[in-house]
Amino acid sequence: MSTASGGRAISAPMVNPEIAPFFEAARKGCFLVKRCGDCGKSHWYPRAICPFCGSLDTEWMESTGKGRIHAFSIMRRADPPFAIAYVILEEGPMVLTNIVDCDFDRLAIDQAVHVVFKMADNDVPVAMFTPDF
Amino acid sequence: MTIRGKGYIVGAYEHPTRSAPDTSLAQLHAEVAMGALRDAGLTKADVDGFFCSGDAPGGVLSMVDYLGLKPRHFESTDIGGSSYLVLVSHAVQAIAMGKCDVALITLAGRTRSEGRAGTRPRPRDPNQPDMPWETPYGLATVNGYAMCAQRHMHQYGTTAEQLAWIKVAASHHAQHNPRALLRQVVTVEDVVSSPIIATPLHRLDCCVVTDGGGAIIVARPEVARSLNRPRVKLVGAGEAIKHQAGGYTDLTVSGATASGAAAFAEAGVAPSDIKYASIYDSFTITVLIQLEDLGFCGKGEGGRFVAGGNLISGVGRLPFNTDGGGLCNNHPGNRGGMTKIIEAVRQLRGEAAPPVQVKDCNLALAHGTGGILATRHGSATLIMERE
Repeated sequence: MSTASGGRAISAPMVNPEIAPFFEAARKGCFLVKRCGDCGKSHWYPRAICPFCGSLDTEWMESTGKGRIHAFSIMRRADPPFAIAYVILEEGPMVLTNIVDCDFDRLAIDQAVHVVFKMADNDVPVAMFTPDF
Repeated sequence: MTIRGKGYIVGAYEHPTRSAPDTSLAQLHAEVAMGALRDAGLTKADVDGFFCSGDAPGGVLSMVDYLGLKPRHFESTDIGGSSYLVLVSHAVQAIAMGKCDVALITLAGRTRSEGRAGTRPRPRDPNQPDMPWETPYGLATVNGYAMCAQRHMHQYGTTAEQLAWIKVAASHHAQHNPRALLRQVVTVEDVVSSPIIATPLHRLDCCVVTDGGGAIIVARPEVARSLNRPRVKLVGAGEAIKHQAGGYTDLTVSGATASGAAAFAEAGVAPSDIKYASIYDSFTITVLIQLEDLGFCGKGEGGRFVAGGNLISGVGRLPFNTDGGGLCNNHPGNRGGMTKIIEAVRQLRGEAAPPVQVKDCNLALAHGTGGILATRHGSATLIMERE
């Protein structure tokens, strides 16, 4: 697990009880998503209510951590520049994230990526993605 | 029930400043409130409805106290920069229900003096449920919109040059507005050779950052008929919130598909009937996607629709943002909805700058997108008619 993302400080996510299991698993390198116990559909970002059927019976499940880049933008104005992206997970939902540890000029839509965890400035692991190449 | 014909915009005022380092935010609200009342020929004592949004310091409570109002109806919906369009619609609803007769709606901002640009993340409430999944990734305004632009290019072949035409059209209009922050006419080449802020958006694809504000007065028909101003009647309105839908969404589609359809249905008119359109222009891509979703052209055809000057008054088929818009004129508080309504009112009254005034402008649309196009945004559409 790295401690930084290309020298960019990562703003700390505020962890609350609803989402604490995600970050506990992330410390062990495990990437969780939420799935509905009633309709069976996975959603992102993780929440207690299923945004599709309204069920309050949602459960954490381990994701493969694999997906493809759906869209990305290199923030050239920032120092250092960074890549924000939407990645579509194998499980279905689309995740807002950063693409890290790569040459930004080689990024492309539909590129295969996998999850990596980076430490935010409050020592909380944040899920980011890096190309398979 | 319909709002059609139940309320009129009788006062509209855009603050002349674009930089207000020595004026407080509340003071700007006061100045635009009194400006709009003066424009209408009304006084503060006539106001019995007050509407404001997230820019108003202290919200409805502090603003009503500060301005010395006695409203019997008030509201402060916040859907970002498009709030003011939805507040006009809600003001007409309140008037139709007999809850108020004269509604004041204000916006003010000191974003330029405070150095708040769309390249930096906005301060967020830590209890906001989406916050832990967005702030660590450096989601600002510009890179959120940039991903929508990239998808539009990928799915429909839209080019940077086509997007640039939107800025070019806005700059053609801004040259006639002495108050506009950027009055220089620019070319497609100027836009695409300006520095990249967040790929694929250039500096000149982005709106200006200004201080200032504006206000609108909405009144019931009896009040409107008693005043000596051209009458601008609300005939249709729609509102929508578009979000990430649990992780399954099309980034090239906005809430305008819903809010526009509702507004056109209520007004009983079609996009081809609209003589002038104020279209929210936080970025060039915002305009392109909204034009498609409102039905001015087919989905994916926006690039071809805007190219060649089709949005330039006197040149193209759909004159837009004839004050120069947020891209060149004014974007106070990083909230462009108010100025969109004001320029539509000017056009319907025949009070736009003469070189950009649309001939026989009797039907206008104003539309806003507030928030971030990619993650969550509010859409609001108004259709107005000159009576």
